[in-house]
Amino acid sequence: MSKRLMYPLLPLGLLLGTVTFAHAGEQAPTSRKNKAYPAVTDARLAAPEARNWLMYRGTYDSWGYSGLTGINTGNVQALKPLWTYSTGMTEAHQAPPIVNEGHLFITTPHNHVLALDARTGALNWRYSRELPEDLMQMHPTNRGVALHGDKVYLATADAFLVALDAATGEVVWEQQVEDYLNGYYMTLAPLAAEGLILVGVSGGEFGIRGFIQAFEATTGKPVWKTYTVPGPGEPGNDSWPGDSWKRGGAPAWVTGSYDAKEKISYWGTGNAGPWIGATRPGDNLYATSVLALDIHTGKIRAHHQYHWNDSWDWDEVAAPVLVDRQQGGQVRKTLVHAGRDGYLWTLERKPDALGFIEATPYVKQNVYSAIDPTSGRPSYVETRIPKVGERVEYCPSLWGGKDWPPVAYSPQTGYLYIPANENLCGAVKGSPVEYRAGEMYMGVNIEDIEVRPTPEAKDHIGELQAWDLNSGKRVWTNTFASHNWGPVLATAGGLVFSGGTNDRQFRAFDAKTGKLLWQQGTNSGVVGVPVSYEVEGRQYIAVQSGWGVDAERKQHFLNQHLGTAVQVPQGGVLWVFGLPE
Amino acid sequence: MSAGDDGTGFDAGRRHWLGGTVACAAMLSAALAEGASPDPSRMPPQKGDVLVFPPEQNAGRAITASDLVAGAAPLLAYPRDPSSGALRARSRLNQILLLKLDPAKLDRIAARHALDGVLAFSGVCTHAACGVSSWKAETSRLVCPCHGSEFDPAAHATATAGPAPRALPILPLALQGEHFIVAGAFTGKVGVKKP
Repeated sequence: MSKRLMYPLLPLGLLLGTVTFAHAGEQAPTSRKNKAYPAVTDARLAAPEARNWLMYRGTYDSWGYSGLTGINTGNVQALKPLWTYSTGMTEAHQAPPIVNEGHLFITTPHNHVLALDARTGALNWRYSRELPEDLMQMHPTNRGVALHGDKVYLATADAFLVALDAATGEVVWEQQVEDYLNGYYMTLAPLAAEGLILVGVSGGEFGIRGFIQAFEATTGKPVWKTYTVPGPGEPGNDSWPGDSWKRGGAPAWVTGSYDAKEKISYWGTGNAGPWIGATRPGDNLYATSVLALDIHTGKIRAHHQYHWNDSWDWDEVAAPVLVDRQQGGQVRKTLVHAGRDGYLWTLERKPDALGFIEATPYVKQNVYSAIDPTSGRPSYVETRIPKVGERVEYCPSLWGGKDWPPVAYSPQTGYLYIPANENLCGAVKGSPVEYRAGEMYMGVNIEDIEVRPTPEAKDHIGELQAWDLNSGKRVWTNTFASHNWGPVLATAGGLVFSGGTNDRQFRAFDAKTGKLLWQQGTNSGVVGVPVSYEVEGRQYIAVQSGWGVDAERKQHFLNQHLGTAVQVPQGGVLWVFGLPE
Repeated sequence: MSAGDDGTGFDAGRRHWLGGTVACAAMLSAALAEGASPDPSRMPPQKGDVLVFPPEQNAGRAITASDLVAGAAPLLAYPRDPSSGALRARSRLNQILLLKLDPAKLDRIAARHALDGVLAFSGVCTHAACGVSSWKAETSRLVCPCHGSEFDPAAHATATAGPAPRALPILPLALQGEHFIVAGAFTGKVGVKKP
């Protein structure tokens, strides 16, 4: 890294106090550095101030919960857009705005990072990654940045980890994580913890061998790398026949959670590859699982596989929610996961084990015939297992009861809020497939994928469900004619925010009752992760609206089956809402 | 020879062709040494290049008119520099689809570029740069397996379904003896236009 000399100089048109001028050695013309940017320490990440949103789900436990109360059930009707910012990009804008003391960062498809003044929307800087011309993007999206120290971290579509200067957007270092020509790519927001930056890779449809890797936050130096598919001699390798482990998939494409007390990070994993389980007989560890990793070494301390020998493309990557429950005067540390398999899973977190507590379907599911009450291992209905050369129907569809959009948990209500899809089944027929490095290795032709609405879909498909985690019961459900791709935010103002429907709405609900309290039509469909933050005493709600990728693909299937012609316009816009002053 | 039983990688109407070792070769460092002369294996097709099979198919020999059957699935081809022998396979953008259609069914643009019904298209989808590696025999469509975009080769590979925003560019051809050679640059931007 170049040596930087700091001089106090001109303001950048911001309202954030003194700005400094940095200059990198003798060669770089100039660079600007905002002195007001406060360092993001490990201590702050472990206990973030309510006014900030420092990471993907706001806190390490992945609650998606803001402690701010300025906007609440009593005044949310007056909520209005304060400013918007067009990203100039199409495809899925899924990233949350990440906010550190008035500095707001969003990412867009094709790996742009925009740094904005969180109060005014003024652009501070923009980083646009030059992606290789021959890069293919099956999922053109990005789910946000991580913050650590004075840097902003981006995981890229060409499988690099990039560290940017938070104040200037200059590249401080970049590190290749894998070769994109082998089918690896990244879409997740990195996880910053204990001086490390953790990433997981995508590519479950391209014959990759999944892994999670940690890098030094300051230098980008690799520290550890843990494959999600064990190699020869490692426990679990015998759950793969022959050398199928080499291309076994199990990607990790959504940011994990972190227990800062136990120093354990929890990561969900995706589908095994190719899609049809009969092509790789065995449990296929650690696909469709949750892994408990030692934060310092990457050692797998424990795992739980939600379902073995996946054939349904039910990635279980969504960040597990860590909740400590009071039970009979005792604290029970749990992990809650609303699975793509349509079950709401509760596991017990122990230092070296993940114990099964319960699993309850939250949408109609016809694949599992039973779940072992001790181990949580499901048994399958044989006729619901997709095979090569045979079309098999199953519920829910391959996009599951819920795909990647994160749930939220409110400690105020004790409820978990699930953006679900009901009344949708699917069918898949497998085909033989040969491995070609870097090209598709799915074993299912796209024309052999079906999404089939059930008769009940005439009533609704999308749902926002609230589950009381203490009683294990569903307490309310809101329904939508549209399918639902809306990540959820819960707040201490007694509110739940979410969009996700094809009518372009962004909504606020009463967290206790589910009553719709407010909604705003936006430019596109809201598949972005909503957040809340505060600057100078004023609370904001912020979300990106920008439909694309799987939401668009599923809409296409639904149009075919329902005879509709719904087109959701594309183009990303950051919306920032507040109450009138 | 008919496409489908001669190792072209297609079979039974719609399958994915093979080209693994080519892609493997491309795994080598993506970056060219600064200041070095351009790597011929990464250059776009040049006028006079011969269209050949990938190395693992038919020993990578030059494709001839007799390899093509009207209405059959396309062949995967790469350009080869006739003077140096360099195979230009170290860029995913050089995947070429070569197929033969009924000349009577071609639209005006396709007809202008066809050699007795033979056309060459970019094999890289204009939506997200996936390889257009499937063939729907019943409707004669080139299909991208990533997002389902379909292209009608008789209508100069116009996008007919899915998210692809534009046609697959055409690679102009000429015949040299019995081999197909490149007669000019692709008619449009290969792959994805910069957002």
